[in-house]
Amino acid sequence: MSGSSPQAVVERALELSRSSSCMVLVRERSTANLRWAGSSLTTNGVARNRTVTVIALTDGPSGTSVGVMARSGLRDDELEGLVRAAEAASESALPSEEAVPLLGPAEAGAGGDWDAPAAATGVDVFSAAATGLGRAFRASAESGRLHYGYAEHTVESVFLGTSTGVRLRHDQPTGTIEMNTRGSSADGTDPRSAWVGRATRDFTDVDPDALDAELARRAEWARTPVELPAGRYETVLPPTAVADMMVPMYFDSGARDASEGRSAFSDGEGGVRIGERIAGLPLTLLSDPARPGLECAPFVVADAPGRDVSAFDNGLPLRRTEWISKGVLSALGQTRATAARLGTPPAGFADNLVLEQEGAAGGTDDLVASTERGLLLTCLWYIRMVDPQTMLLTGLTRDGVYLIEDGRITGAVNNFRFNESPVGLLQRATEAGAPVPALSREMGDYFPRTEMPALRIPDFNMSTVSKAS
Amino acid sequence: MPDIDPDFLALPLRELADAALGRAAELGAEHADFRLERIRDRTLAVSDGAVETAAEGDALGFAVRVVHRGVWGFASADALTPDAAARTAERAVAVAEVAAPLATDRVELAPEPVHADRTWVSSYEEDPFEVSMRAQAALLSGWCRRLMEDGRVDHVDASLLQAKEQKFYADTAGTSTTQQRVRIAPEVEVVANRNGLLDSMRTLSPPAGRGWEYLPTVEAELAGLPALLDEKLRAPSVEPGRYDLVVDPSQLWLTIHESIGHATELDRALGYEAAYAGTSFATPDRLGELRYGAPSMHVTGDRTAEHGLATIGFDDEGVATSSFDLVRDGVLTGYQRDRRISAAQGLRSSNGCAFADSPGHMPIQRMANVSLAADPTGPDTEGLISGVEDGVYVVGDRSWSIDMQRYNFQFTGQRFYRIRGGRLDGMLRDVAYQASTTEFWNSMAAVGGPASYVLGGTFRCGKGQPGQVAAVSHGCPSAVFTDVRVLNTAQEAGK
Ligand SMILES: [Zn+2]
Repeated sequence: MSGSSPQAVVERALELSRSSSCMVLVRERSTANLRWAGSSLTTNGVARNRTVTVIALTDGPSGTSVGVMARSGLRDDELEGLVRAAEAASESALPSEEAVPLLGPAEAGAGGDWDAPAAATGVDVFSAAATGLGRAFRASAESGRLHYGYAEHTVESVFLGTSTGVRLRHDQPTGTIEMNTRGSSADGTDPRSAWVGRATRDFTDVDPDALDAELARRAEWARTPVELPAGRYETVLPPTAVADMMVPMYFDSGARDASEGRSAFSDGEGGVRIGERIAGLPLTLLSDPARPGLECAPFVVADAPGRDVSAFDNGLPLRRTEWISKGVLSALGQTRATAARLGTPPAGFADNLVLEQEGAAGGTDDLVASTERGLLLTCLWYIRMVDPQTMLLTGLTRDGVYLIEDGRITGAVNNFRFNESPVGLLQRATEAGAPVPALSREMGDYFPRTEMPALRIPDFNMSTVSKAS
Repeated sequence: MPDIDPDFLALPLRELADAALGRAAELGAEHADFRLERIRDRTLAVSDGAVETAAEGDALGFAVRVVHRGVWGFASADALTPDAAARTAERAVAVAEVAAPLATDRVELAPEPVHADRTWVSSYEEDPFEVSMRAQAALLSGWCRRLMEDGRVDHVDASLLQAKEQKFYADTAGTSTTQQRVRIAPEVEVVANRNGLLDSMRTLSPPAGRGWEYLPTVEAELAGLPALLDEKLRAPSVEPGRYDLVVDPSQLWLTIHESIGHATELDRALGYEAAYAGTSFATPDRLGELRYGAPSMHVTGDRTAEHGLATIGFDDEGVATSSFDLVRDGVLTGYQRDRRISAAQGLRSSNGCAFADSPGHMPIQRMANVSLAADPTGPDTEGLISGVEDGVYVVGDRSWSIDMQRYNFQFTGQRFYRIRGGRLDGMLRDVAYQASTTEFWNSMAAVGGPASYVLGGTFRCGKGQPGQVAAVSHGCPSAVFTDVRVLNTAQEAGK
């Protein structure tokens, strides 16, 4: 992008606008990544880009129509073309059923310092972590464990301006590191692999040596392979695996689908299950933009409107929202328009998710210690919806299924395909630990900000054995 | 055949490439390539006639990739000035400098002849971006309203995705290519809730490397959807057990994608995706020996099939595309490769499977159109069904999942019919089939003829970190598989 600051682009686009009303969003994004396989770096890169989205609204006799146009690689002198394209799209669009008056500065949420320059990152964010990784790579020959994995850091500044006077800005740092080790079969060690992953805001709290120590501990567990058949097992789901199941549930918890009889949160009679007890334990599922460590945008950023995200809600404050309160379904995500239709308060989806039980203590190791015989999973993979009515998901265990006997890990078990519903898991869970930051293996690329407890499931449904290792 | 749009050709393509490649060479890079892309996409989603999403994206940017001190360096930017191109080359070299101490494997590239000043355009008639969004939304909305009038339907979702990719590639060896391709994916789904049962029925017309002229193909399916949904909601729930399956190409393409397409990616087989997308049971030491399936199984990879979603003239490393064997007479005979893994395996050339989904991402090995050959003298689908005594006919894809080594998979579908005595005997509900890759393909008892062959596919195959999305097609006929495990998904959910 040549020339103008993101703030100037917002102001200029709003000045150029000739439609009934207008919203402009600028995302200024920089990212750096390292990837490795076989204890050697493979692909690495840095990228910077700016995306400008103009949302033009045209009021007409039968309602308000919306035009959304996004461009990246836009020169300053092309901005007017983008505004006109959004206007043309809105003039030619059909009226939107989501139309509600745009928010003004008084109703909109609060953002960061509008005037500060956009934040950025670069490959040097990995300097300290890379030293630790190098140590682990060099120790591969001795440890018999080859390293595979990925580290990414992205910083995005988003600027939202509307013709009703809203000016909101949010800076979002997002980092993840995933480390996977596999036995090098050449030296005869067990080929089974282990995985650890975590989210971070700036990599200053990432300690590759500690992560590698955890991988080494699991490699020890894997020295004794155990073959087990499919079936229902008492299972300790660590926080990472709980995140794997809770994130898809969150993505599928819109009020609109539920009210149309299209989800597991429909009551089957044209209503929704709000007020119904859906978890056996007094678990609370919530989103909170101010949650320490999981901070995310405290207002709606809707540059890609869809079923549960409305362009008209841009700037809407996102506050702490309990989706499940002490085991009872208490809210479903919805836009202001859907909320008005259903007569319940709007509830925007914030970019983090927490599952917790008041007073619950202890972690995965404690749940393992109090298990007579059961399985400990690491994470779940290739999770797909089988039946939306029950929210039945299928998927596989990955990179570490361990046998627990008399409170101790006694070996590594083959992988399984499971068929389970997150709603069913909440119903049947018999014990929860304290919530800790947890990166979902499957969804962490898109949704890294989660805090989850370990859960005990008395009868997790392992549908078939998978030979994968 | 259409031409490359003049506004793309008017961009300072060579000027930027010269600035970037020249700077990389000055800094001592062993290899450098420059790729400038413009990617337009449009998304329309209409629910019960109301427009939910009508959005268009237009991304323009460039990338510089170098091999320097034996390792990769990659950087991208979106300011189209020679100075920015040179700075981006410097950043790519700097990334390689940071990476070099942590890399033990040297990057070597398989050689490729120089292709200078080549152009390529995909096969389509009408550019869908020349059709107004209003006209498109009105068409989808009209479809929804028409279907909503049917009492057997509660809700209708219609969507249209379309994309146009334009890319210019140049490298320090002297290759330069300019290419343009278009793709489109229209889809309609009807939903109903009856007596406590929720179900849906979707059109089967696959996404295709075609233009706006493709829309009537989907429209032709609409009138049949309400009756199909109604029959599904009244159908008995399947008795779990083992059945012979006749799998329609509208479902089989996805089984091919998951159990053959990804399993024969050489980067996976060598472990480069081990921490993410996964590896493959089909390891290189089993090449020429692994009995993948029945002797009637012939599978090719190609980036040349007309209307194929992975079809293009030259890949993102300047390699001319082709067609190649993956499985011949049921035996594993080849892999999909890019230049680096080809060289690492001692092969003299790449087979052109490098692709990046945007200028911000580095090319990785991505899937060619991986297709199962029809039996030249094989029967049509009805003919295959007539040979099955007791089985299930599976039509359309729905949910899919496979493990990270590509052994164990589970698929559902849009519709399932009971087969008794060689004839269809009504629909079934709640069906999923589960199998292990080589067992499944070795159980293939009959392969349909050219009359049943369809080019299916997807816009959204994911791979790599950072995650990249690619479109790919898979052609196949109907085929018969014996003694396959069928699950009842309602029972699995404990319903
Ligand atoms: Zn795929």
